[in-house]
This record gives sequence, structure tokens and C-alpha cells, in this order.
Amino acid sequence: MIGFIKHQVKTFGLIELFKGLAVTGKYFFKKKITVRYPEEKTPLSPRFRGHHALRRYANGEERCIACKLCEAVCPANAITIEAEEREDGSRRTTRYDIDMFKCIYCGFCEEACPVDAVVETRVFEYEFHQRGENIMTKDKLLAFGDKHEAQIAADRAADAKYR
Amino acid sequence: MFNALQGWLSIFLWDWLAILMTLVLQVVIVVLPIMIAVAFLTLAERKVIGFMQVRMGPNRVGPNGILQPFADALKLIMKEFVRPQQSNLYLFIIAPVLALAPVVAAWAVIPFGEGAVVSDINVGVMYVLAVSSIVVYGVIIAGWASNSKYAFLGALRASAQKVSYEIAMGFALVTVLMVAGSMNLTEIVHGQQGGFWNWYWIPLLPMLAVYFISGLAETNRTPFDVVEGEAEIVAGFHVEYSSMGFGVFMLAEYAMMVLISFMTAIMFLGGWYSPFENIPVLDPLTAWIPGFIWLFLKVAFLLFLFLWFRATFPRYRYDQLMRLGWKVLIPLTIVWVFVVGVMHYFSIGPWFN
Amino acid sequence: MTFEQLIFYILAAIAVISSLMMISVNNPVKAALWLVLAFIATAGVWITAQAEFLGIVLILVYAGAVMVLFLFVVMMLDINLVKLKEGFIRYLPIGVLAALGIFALMYMVLGPNNFGMDVTGEPVRFDANHSNTTMIGLALYTVHVYAFILAAVLLLVGIVAAIALTIRRRPPHEVKYQNIDKQVKTQARDRFEMIKMQPVKEKPVENKKEEDE
Repeated sequence: MIGFIKHQVKTFGLIELFKGLAVTGKYFFKKKITVRYPEEKTPLSPRFRGHHALRRYANGEERCIACKLCEAVCPANAITIEAEEREDGSRRTTRYDIDMFKCIYCGFCEEACPVDAVVETRVFEYEFHQRGENIMTKDKLLAFGDKHEAQIAADRAADAKYR
Repeated sequence: MFNALQGWLSIFLWDWLAILMTLVLQVVIVVLPIMIAVAFLTLAERKVIGFMQVRMGPNRVGPNGILQPFADALKLIMKEFVRPQQSNLYLFIIAPVLALAPVVAAWAVIPFGEGAVVSDINVGVMYVLAVSSIVVYGVIIAGWASNSKYAFLGALRASAQKVSYEIAMGFALVTVLMVAGSMNLTEIVHGQQGGFWNWYWIPLLPMLAVYFISGLAETNRTPFDVVEGEAEIVAGFHVEYSSMGFGVFMLAEYAMMVLISFMTAIMFLGGWYSPFENIPVLDPLTAWIPGFIWLFLKVAFLLFLFLWFRATFPRYRYDQLMRLGWKVLIPLTIVWVFVVGVMHYFSIGPWFN
Repeated sequence: MTFEQLIFYILAAIAVISSLMMISVNNPVKAALWLVLAFIATAGVWITAQAEFLGIVLILVYAGAVMVLFLFVVMMLDINLVKLKEGFIRYLPIGVLAALGIFALMYMVLGPNNFGMDVTGEPVRFDANHSNTTMIGLALYTVHVYAFILAAVLLLVGIVAAIALTIRRRPPHEVKYQNIDKQVKTQARDRFEMIKMQPVKEKPVENKKEEDE
């Protein structure tokens, strides 16, 4: 009997509906967590996997030794490498293309690289306006690495102790 | 004022033309603010629901997104009106008009303040009820003329739901008429003069709930929006509509929401009367606030409830929705008709005199 | 021409045209829609004749409820028009005869002899505040009270009969019914149970020595 009355009060008093309303009502006054993207940005991790870059040593020599590990590990077959002997006898790439449309930004290439040549940077705001621009050639990647070297080096340093 | 205008116009025009011009002017004066209110209601809805989901809602167009509704309208107008090849041309075009026109027509009898009403007819409540029952045709015709299964199923759901809940709504209004002893909306408001305890929501509290719930069902708002149930029937009766055809359906839905809120405020929440009448300190302090401000505040609160419910409640299952209408709300209203009769017989409270 | 006359002629024209369309269009859904328009126009005519309660009830009951249900049924019918039109010529004489008969009946009741100022007298023009509803209410609940109650009982019988004819509860072993009351009353504890168990560590599976080699 008591249970019946309780149930009726609960039903006709719309108790549970008011409970639900109270929840949403409370959230109405909470601080909003929206990030207004172009003006505000969320913090990025040093491990963020964005646009690729090829790095150089401090003396200006490119790091990549054309071992093709990244090409082998790439699950999306986005990387194409051709290599030849350079005049000074060292093994270097003649072609290092990353197809940014194929790339899934898994970061395996960076993991695989024995000389830390190919890295993924924090840069994620880029776009292509024409077909063909999506193929990042060696020159472009090296230039990109040069441009962002300070940030890349800082990120590697920050993450070094976890590697 | 309008009589003077009509007299002045009839000096150099035909009589009927003068009357017609005055009427059109009155209509524009009432409908234009309503349409603007509807536009901003869509913004308010997105903002309120956003806030309840800890988001900000639209904030790109204009300061804090205040111009968003105009951007939306512009977008809809610029889009192409696609007509399904197998649809019924005339009915397909008429349907949105039929959905919007009755809602607009209902505003003819809504009083915004003392004497501020286009047509103060004796059967105001019945008029609103009758006119809003025509809205169903917009939905049915849209569903049928689209020649699409989803639209048709949506229309069937909508018409069954609206016809069912209209009964509960009508009975809830019967109790109001019993208390007020009049079907004139201005008279009903007059009956509630003298502070918020004189309003009809106290003796008719269950009816207020029933009316508002039926109003949610009539406007196909969230706990009862099976009509457009995205998961099962994509968007219900207006799947095939694009561009301003779709926009007009949206306009009709929101205008109906505003109408239901106005009716609730007028019949249960004392219309344009201040809640602080006859209260020693507050009454003189708030006496300078004009009546329509109070009415708009009440309406704004009720509209907020509409949005709050949408942000809170999940959708009813269709059979449960019908069960709620027929087996809960209608019996409740019939019982309350008798309760009001008893209250009337014993002249309880300040409401029956 | 006064404004009222203008309105009357517009509404009357709509009513007549839509009635004609109603009986002449092929599509039953369109016919129903034309009928709705005829109802609304007629309601308008009634309202101009100061019978605002009746006019609005006409819209509310017929246009708002009855015709919606009617459309509901008609929309779902799959009507073969060719089959419907079969035998049109054959049945034409009977149809014409029936139409003439009904017309004669209507003429006798509604013919010009029964209408006009000399028969009905000048209609009383009420002022704007006159309540048509009160008048109808008074007449219904005093003079015509028995007829009114009889009509109400008749409608109730109709409802009960309709439900009794259509209700069809098949035995539960054939069809499963939902008990919504029960569904609504269900609580989480009715559906699952929390069972306390001793934390028992499973023994590692021992590798059986393969015997049959």
C-alpha cells in the first residue's frame, strides 16, 4: 500500500522529471568549456603528431640516411624514398615524398627513424589548394624542418626522458 | 486609434478598402514582432541548449551570435527549392502555407495588454483552439503530397498525436472557462486580477501541467517529437522540403510555441497583471512596470521551459505517448472538471465569486 | 457594397466552388481536402451571420477532428480508380434518380417557399458584445435538454459499439501484449540483482598428459 502511494506520488508529482530538470538547470550556470578555435587554442602535447618535417644536424647536414625504415613501417604507404650515393660517398635520398592525403598521422615513421630525421611537428593548420600540393617533397620537408627547428628541438627535449 | 485611421481613410477611399487597409495594418503590427520573436527564439533555443550542454551555442555572427537567425534565414532563402518529381505540385507548395497561416491567424484574439487586442471576440478561447487544430492539415498535406514513405509516416504520427492531445487541451481549457465564466480572453485575464494567488494556476495546477504538456505535444516539441524522430523516419513530414519551404515549417513550429506560451500565460498565469498586486512593499515598487512587460516575462519563462525540456528529456515511445494522452491526461482533465464544479459550488478561494 | 457583404461573397464563392470541386475531383484525398475548405468557408459565413460559436465549433469538430481522421483513412486506402469507374454508365440512371430524389427532398425543406424575409421575418441584429454561446447554451439545456441528452447517449453508444466491434484480444499464447503499466512501474531492482560472491581464485588449468599416443 505504502509502495503504491509512493509510486503514485512519484508519478503525478513528476518527481523524476524535476530531478532531470535540476541537472540540466545546474549545468546551465556552469562555466562553459567551449574553445573558440581561431582565437583560442587548446594546449598541445610535445608528442603532437601534425605536419611532417625532415631535420638537419647542427652543422647543416641532413639527417636522413635513406635507410627506408619509415617507408617500410608506414601502414598507409604514404612515404616513397629513392636513394643514391652522393659525391662524398655517403648514402642519401634523392627523393623523399610523403603523400599527405595517404598519411594517417600514426607517428610510426618517427618511431622507426634511427637518426631522428623524419619527425611530426605541432603544426596542424595547413591546407592544399591544388592537386599535387599534397605530395611533400624532400625540399619542402627540409625547408619546413628548418623553419620550425626551434620548436621541434624543444619538443624532442621535453619528451626525451620518456623515450 | 485605428478607428480614427479608418475614418480618415474612408474620406477618400471606398469604405471596404479603408477597412481592409486598417485590418492589414493591424495584422502587420501584430505579426511582425511575432516573427522577429520567433527568429530570436531559434537563437535562444540553440543558446539555451548549448548552455545546458556546457557549450556556448552560436557566437560567430554578430556580437555573441545575436545575428545568427538572420544568417540562417538568408541561408534558407538562398537555397534551392527542390520538388520531388512524383509529388503533388499544388499541395506540396500549399502545405507549408497551411502550417503557418493558422498559427498567424490565432494572434488575432490574443490580448497583449488592457485593450491591446486586434479582435476582442467572445469566443476567443474556442477560436484559438479551432484555428490551431487547422495546423494539422499543413502536416498531413506535406506528408501526403511529398509522396515519400518517411514523410507519410511522419504525417500519420503527427495527425494522430495532434488530434489526441487536442482533446486533453480542450478539456483543460474547459476548466479555465468554468472558473472564469467567459470565453473572452480579456475577461479571463480580468478574472485573475489581484496578485499571484488570484491567478488560476492555483486551483487549476494539474490543468496547467496538462495544458503545457499537451502544448508540447501539439507543437511536436521534444518529449513528444516522434513526428520527426530522426532515428526512424529521418525528419518526418518535412523530409522532402528544402529552402524556405522547410523554413516556413520551422517558423510555424516556433510561432506555435510562442502562441501556446501566450495562451498559458493568459489563462493560468494572470496575463498582463503583475504578480505583486496588493503586496505591501513590492506593489508600489513595481507599479511603474507596464502590463505587457509582465506578460512578456511570463511568456519568456514558459518558452524557456520549452527549451529546458528539450535539453533534458528523451523522446517518448509512440505507444507510451498515446497512452499518456488518452489514459492519463484526458481522465485527469475530466476528473478535474468535476473538482472545479465542486470548488465552484462552495465558492472556494478568491477565484470563484 | 459594405465590407461585410464583400466578405460574405468571397466566403460564399469559396464554399460553393470547393463543394463543387469536392464532388468532381477524382482523387479521394483531394476531395476530402476540398471538403475541409468548404467547411472552413461555411464557418466563415456563419460567423458573419453572428453565429460565431457554431462557426468555430464547425471548424473545431469537423475540420479539426472528423476530417483529419477521415483523411487518415482515405490516405491509406489503395484505390483503383479504373475499377471504381467501371459500370458508370450502367448505374447512371439509378444515380440520377437518387440525386433527383434527394434534390426534391431538399427543395421541399430548403426551397424558396420556406425562406425569405416574409417567412422568417427580419433577423435580429445583435450588438458586438452579444454572446451567441450563452443563447445556444440556454436553449440546449432548457428547451432541448432531452434531445441533447439523447444525442449524447447516442454518441456514447456509438463509441462503445465501435470499440466493441474493433477490439480483438487474441489469447496470449498467440500474440504477446505489452503491459505498459508494468513497464512504466519497472525499477532497476526488478530487472537485475546484485549478488554477493566470495572472491574465488580460479585454479590454473592443468595440462592433461596425453595418454593416447
